[in-house]
Amino acid sequence: MTVQNPQISGDFSPAQESQFRPAMAQRYRWDRVFRLATLIAIIISLLVLAILLIDVLTDGLPRLNWQFLTSFPSRRAEEAGLLSALVGSIYLLFIVALFSFPIGIGAGIFLEEFVSDGWLANFIEINISNLAGVPSIIYGLLGLAAFVRLMEPITGGRSLLSGGLTLALLVLPVIIVSTREALRTVPDSLRLAGFALGATRWQVVRDQILPLAFPGILTGTILALSRAIGETAALITIGALTFISFLPESWKDPFTALPIQIYNWVSRPQRPFHINAAAGIIVLMVLLLLMNSVAIYLRNRFQRKF
Amino acid sequence: MNSGLPSEQSSGLWQPNRQLSKRTEGIVKSIFGAFALISVVTTFGIVLTLIFETFEFFQEVPLWRFLTDRQWTPLFSNAQYGIWVLISATLLTTGIAILVALPLGLLAAIYLSEYANPKIRKWLKPALEILAGVPSVVFGYFALLTVTPFLQRFIPGLQGFNALSAGLILGVSIIPLVASLSEDAIYSVPDSLRQGAYAIGATKRETITSVVVPAALSGIVASFILAVSRAIGETMIVSLAAGQNPTLGFNPLVPVMTMTAFIVQVSLGDTPAGSLAYKSIFAVGMTLFLMTLALNILSFWVVRRFREKYE
Repeated sequence: MTVQNPQISGDFSPAQESQFRPAMAQRYRWDRVFRLATLIAIIISLLVLAILLIDVLTDGLPRLNWQFLTSFPSRRAEEAGLLSALVGSIYLLFIVALFSFPIGIGAGIFLEEFVSDGWLANFIEINISNLAGVPSIIYGLLGLAAFVRLMEPITGGRSLLSGGLTLALLVLPVIIVSTREALRTVPDSLRLAGFALGATRWQVVRDQILPLAFPGILTGTILALSRAIGETAALITIGALTFISFLPESWKDPFTALPIQIYNWVSRPQRPFHINAAAGIIVLMVLLLLMNSVAIYLRNRFQRKF
Repeated sequence: MNSGLPSEQSSGLWQPNRQLSKRTEGIVKSIFGAFALISVVTTFGIVLTLIFETFEFFQEVPLWRFLTDRQWTPLFSNAQYGIWVLISATLLTTGIAILVALPLGLLAAIYLSEYANPKIRKWLKPALEILAGVPSVVFGYFALLTVTPFLQRFIPGLQGFNALSAGLILGVSIIPLVASLSEDAIYSVPDSLRQGAYAIGATKRETITSVVVPAALSGIVASFILAVSRAIGETMIVSLAAGQNPTLGFNPLVPVMTMTAFIVQVSLGDTPAGSLAYKSIFAVGMTLFLMTLALNILSFWVVRRFREKYE
């Protein structure tokens, strides 16, 4: 049969029509239904997000005041606050950044710039993609065995340092992958130009490639940090859920963090604690949105085309 | 080396120290190489920790009891260790989550890739990224305190802790993962295939369902498998909303205890290191690790084995 334009189906002779029924009206109706279904799917997803945010805001906003931000946890919900959790989260953030940035960026540079595609690069590559799929609670078990138990003399057991190291391991694959992606956007011609001038690989990377890739790397690392700040399971596993009514003074001190304090409040039966949890969630989400918008700003501000 | 270089005549400004540069290069390379090996060390650390503690656990609890007991009561005096109790709960919440995330995620991906115009897409993608960035403890709050009371209006038998609302919200939390990975796969289907389908008279929907989606199937299936793996390992939503009650079976209306929820429950208590309960969380962790690892490898394999190559 020759190709027919389905739009002019009215011109078919009856014999042809019996074999070739384009039924365009019906097919277009299904097209509209399908298109609507895809649209509804994305609207449902975002609607849940919107309801979640509105729900948290209406519950938590009235509770959010200066007293809430500057008080320690308490057995009475009305007096409780999240000072120790907020400070703990900020300390954790510093520790995670301190360990995961140099290690993750260094590893990314090594894999992208220094090794060619050999078995070693392949092996590490498979390793990293596997690590990215390991549930965070398993990292918690590793942290419990390695940092809390095995290295207790150094870390001080269930301490800020143990928590920070566990989270640093958790976000390391993310940082390595985003570093490599940022380095990959810098064109090879710049590297070759550097080599042509007699620079070593490290000199080329340090002086030419890294400054250009840095905004991209920074964006990725900030997103990794925002993942660390919302992480709960790994911290609970290493035993961070304790009643902390003081601020940590060294990194060997026990600690609490925002998501852990929220978990604690949610899992209590009394309604006032749930309101505290909602207020805590607002603080956590504001922090996350702040970090994400810095990342997006950096991406837009320094994005360049080569 | 030096003969051809204008070192004698040139000014004092040009004094390359090749030896130093080489040494620096070597030092930097070995330090960064060591950093890269930390990922390998982490993997070994995880595997060794799990194997070591799990081995100790199975010294005291025989493997066949782990696999055949019909109850999970490790904290009782006459302890029983039927891992299937925890696995059934995990499969239940994961199953519900996949029923939510799979159709919604795939359809959302199709909308983003095939229908949305660039302006709307520019807004929708960051919105989905926000959904992906919501910490799971927040989803747990939502499942327990908003979704469950809401569902209880329609489902009379629904208890305060249940697998249903945990699974539903778990599904919502992995929609962005399914959507973004599937969208990558769909987006990378070359346009010539679509044009070909239009050329033989297919409508847009027909093109999508019988050409584009099949062409992207390996990537879509891989994203589903990763989503299952993520749902199995998710912790905070299920431990907050599904409850802490180890029961064997697949009733979504009653409290159940997943593998991850059990690890959380023991971690919250004051279990002394070396006790059987302490070792049991590593045995459960090992089971969880093996399940997610198998899924991750499967997903990797699917992409490799079934990828359609164009050009």
